[in-house]
Amino acid sequence: MSCFQTIQDYGLRSIGIGERLLPRENFTLCEHFTLIGSGMIWNIYFAVIALLTGFIFATILAVAKGSANPIIRKPAEWFIFLFRGSPLFIQFFFAYFLFLNLKGIYPIFDPFTAAWLGALIVLFLNTSAYTGEIFYGALRSIPKGDTDAANAYGMTGWPRFRRIIWPTMLRLAWPAYTNEAIFLFHATTLVYFSSFPAWRQKGDALYYANYFADKTFNPFIPYPILAMYFVIFTLAIITLFGAINKRLNRHLPEENRAKLRIRPNLIR
Amino acid sequence: MFEYCTDPDTLSQFRWFSCFLTTGVHMSFYISFFKVLALLAITAPIALGFGFFGAMAARSPFLPLSWLGRGYIANVRGIPDIAFFLFFVIALDQAFEWARHKIKCPDWDQPIRQGSDFIVCKAAKLPLGTSPEWMHESYGFFLATITFALVFGAFAASVLYGGMRAVPHAQIETAEAYGMSPRQTFWRIIVPQMWVYALPGLSNLWMVLIKATPLLFLLGIEDIVYWARELGGTKTSKFTAYPHGDWRMWYFLFLLVFYLAFTRVSEISLEKLMVRLTHGQATSGGEAQRKAAA
Repeated sequence: MSCFQTIQDYGLRSIGIGERLLPRENFTLCEHFTLIGSGMIWNIYFAVIALLTGFIFATILAVAKGSANPIIRKPAEWFIFLFRGSPLFIQFFFAYFLFLNLKGIYPIFDPFTAAWLGALIVLFLNTSAYTGEIFYGALRSIPKGDTDAANAYGMTGWPRFRRIIWPTMLRLAWPAYTNEAIFLFHATTLVYFSSFPAWRQKGDALYYANYFADKTFNPFIPYPILAMYFVIFTLAIITLFGAINKRLNRHLPEENRAKLRIRPNLIR
Repeated sequence: MFEYCTDPDTLSQFRWFSCFLTTGVHMSFYISFFKVLALLAITAPIALGFGFFGAMAARSPFLPLSWLGRGYIANVRGIPDIAFFLFFVIALDQAFEWARHKIKCPDWDQPIRQGSDFIVCKAAKLPLGTSPEWMHESYGFFLATITFALVFGAFAASVLYGGMRAVPHAQIETAEAYGMSPRQTFWRIIVPQMWVYALPGLSNLWMVLIKATPLLFLLGIEDIVYWARELGGTKTSKFTAYPHGDWRMWYFLFLLVFYLAFTRVSEISLEKLMVRLTHGQATSGGEAQRKAAA
């Protein structure tokens, strides 16, 4: 079977298009690359949606945590503490069984026990908490001169937040947020190892890599391929976020600009 | 465990929980908490050691060694840690068996990889098929420890590397002016001073290590996640005297609370340690302390 044929059969296997049966023996390199690459669709799906939705919620959380009113501040503090203080792995397990129990009572929770929605919600809440803490830190380090200048212009409330505080917060938080995006992307590999079932063997990249490693008992081919995919996408994230960082800093003199520094100490 | 547990009437009472929670399998569940703590206690120093060597290698003026160190550090930035865990457990196991195979059975002529099988001679099997149960379990635990240490060693290496670079350059120049060799500069100037700069990263690493312990489950260890799934599931009801519905949610809620408490306690004690270490240091933290006292 030619490699082109394999790509046609398995290129979109992870979302249920193409050949139903996974290859069972005599695995070729092409099959490794195609199936693991096909699994990357799920990793990208989880990462992109969780990051986009989490970004909005994190902004709200950060403002709430910085609020002087304890009725608003306390829930945000607890939310951030809960999701940052516990392992993502345990959060996945807990959420899955919670949804399973709820499903028994209300049938409306049926889609929540599937990874595409259930795991996405956990990832969304998790990244919101981590990002919220980053944004909160940035909010607190906004230069006093900026807010003073806004006040002097008579800006208050929403316009002041929209035009002065929020852009500065983003600019300050961006290097840390880039890290967060990378590690959220890496964390998406946990989904199919934490009770969320891979229905009809539609799994993510690590699911297929693990499938190959289990079948061939040879970890030296599938995992490096997986690693290669992740390195490529990590570099893509860095490039994209670097471009945004440049735009956020474009009004500053060269030497004051925040550099992107990728620090790896952020697994969940 | 208690005497009243033999009385069937207790089933309807609240006291029933005290019977349920002290069954033999629950004891295994409690013991698995100590497994997690043991893993942390063993892994943390080993990972720090790996990290130190990694950082030293990355700083080395000898290029291939420096590449090795940098490669070790850079890998964890781009690749999910869980992939490393899954990889190393099989890879290490096969590496050990392969090495033993080469030593113990030199006259074996068949290939080791036959299709999808990995075949070594009987004497090279790890652990030996004849060895007792505890050997199998501790071998699994040993592999898990090494894997954790390797992965977190890379994280520690990057933190320590950053710490070494954060030591003020003037200090190093002064050492050179006094005629110290690079080796002396490293051991007498850089290493004693880097800890303050590395500590925030290292304490972060400790938190990360705590939160990575549930991954033991993926490495095939009967840890707390394993037992929470087993005990909470309905299917165990056949084997225990106390049938119940699907309680996995509650078991995992308990684990969630356990980890929250654990990270919170670590956070508080690390903060105290940081306050002690920054005392009198020429950093902004130390400066703030001095001003607060004055």
